[in-house]
Amino acid sequence: MNGRGLSVALGLAHRQTTTLIKNPSLLFPPMLFPLMNFLAFAGGLSRLRHVPGFNYPGGYTAFQFVFVLLQSAAFGGVFMGFGIARDFENGFARRLLVAAPNRSGLIAGYWLGAVFRWSLVATMLTIVALIAGMPIGGNGVDVFGLYALALLVNLVGILWAAGIAMRLRTVQAGPLMQTPVFMLLFLSPVYVPLALLQGWIHAVAKLNPFTLLLEEGRGLLAGAPLHTASAFLIAFALVGFSLIWSLRGLRSAERAG
Amino acid sequence: MSLLLNQIGRIAWRSVIRTARQPAAVIPPLTFPLMLMAVNSNGLRAATHLPGFPTKSFLDFFLPFSFIQGALFAATTAGTDLARDVDTGFLNRLALTPMRGAALLLGELGGAVALGALQAFVYLGVGLAFGVHFVTGIGGMATLLLLAILIALGWAAVGVLLALRAGTGEKVQSQFPLLFFLVFISSMNLPRNLIEVGWFRDLATINPVSYLIEGLRTLIIEGWNAQALALGFGVAILMVVGALGGASIALRGRMERT
Repeated sequence: MNGRGLSVALGLAHRQTTTLIKNPSLLFPPMLFPLMNFLAFAGGLSRLRHVPGFNYPGGYTAFQFVFVLLQSAAFGGVFMGFGIARDFENGFARRLLVAAPNRSGLIAGYWLGAVFRWSLVATMLTIVALIAGMPIGGNGVDVFGLYALALLVNLVGILWAAGIAMRLRTVQAGPLMQTPVFMLLFLSPVYVPLALLQGWIHAVAKLNPFTLLLEEGRGLLAGAPLHTASAFLIAFALVGFSLIWSLRGLRSAERAG
Repeated sequence: MSLLLNQIGRIAWRSVIRTARQPAAVIPPLTFPLMLMAVNSNGLRAATHLPGFPTKSFLDFFLPFSFIQGALFAATTAGTDLARDVDTGFLNRLALTPMRGAALLLGELGGAVALGALQAFVYLGVGLAFGVHFVTGIGGMATLLLLAILIALGWAAVGVLLALRAGTGEKVQSQFPLLFFLVFISSMNLPRNLIEVGWFRDLATINPVSYLIEGLRTLIIEGWNAQALALGFGVAILMVVGALGGASIALRGRMERT
């Protein structure tokens, strides 16, 4: 992306951020849902740490915090996909396509907007978790690694959703944006470690790339990372695939005019 | 009386048709709770190893949550549809006709209740297909369907109340996370006596949604528990009466404004 692309990205990100700040109805639901999940999972299910074989050193609050953080990152991206679809429905995105000197900058701009929104959610989640007494076993680098992993998940979420939004260009494509992400997230060791999952969900979770990201995030928070390089490699591979997906979506939108 | 029934029937039919014509309003409420049921009933199976857990099958335990979640989705549809009627001026035009407020309110619930009934049959059928066992037998299944439809009616009435107070679809949508919050802070995932965190257990105990879930759940895993059933039906009836009462007051105010 050249300087003109950067200027497009920054301009669009500024517009997205301003829209968000001026519309609390767009800001609060994405903030509330991760918080509700966190309270419901960490508060309501904490007895699961007594299940034989549950051996996560950070406790159940930290165990769930990592999942909800990554989930909020992924859905932060998906929610921005709804915004892109809405922009196509009301004609704004088509005007953007005509006006932007570098159209790839549009995807970057939407992502920067999504990062801003997710950073608010992540900050709030972290504060609530710390108030709830979540221990942090990892050092500064580990914690930075956890948030970097979450940022990459956010990027995957927005690139995936942007690809759908730009191909279908309607808000009605919302379920197509969120259902695969939902399935990817929940077909992983959400409530208990992988070893405690039984049946088909264990087999699926073992193959699910998100499982490694989740387990590594938990490892980083507890100060016991095991597969950091593999996790980041998978995260970057997912970013690569979804980047191609979104750029092809952009080309599809360009062809549609 | 027959005129009132006729008016209710016409508005209800319009509501049913409008809901049926929106795949986005029908498919996610049907499929999303089923997906969550599939994932959670396996992902949380380890919970059945906890001492005191009331059943060996987490699917049996979790199935009732699908009815609650589906009803909440149906309520979103009812609320958003009515808000659209307010937004587009349909309610204003209706105010010029001899249509009675009660007919409008009860009729607007038609689509949501039809969707709730369809969901209840689908969830029950899927649950049975995947091995859910009712300790109360066929009678329990029929009672569960009755309670599930009553709960759908209750949530739909809450949706109508929110729509009349808010007046726009966007505002209605923005208030639904609060209802989901009630569902999340309940005994949906574990029995209340097994919830370890004190404040969560206290909130789940004062949360009426817990009693709706437990009323449904008792029919599957426990038996004819009169107290749980009385609380389940009682809360559902209170929801219907309270929300419709509030909605009729809100409707009067909205008609005066227009």
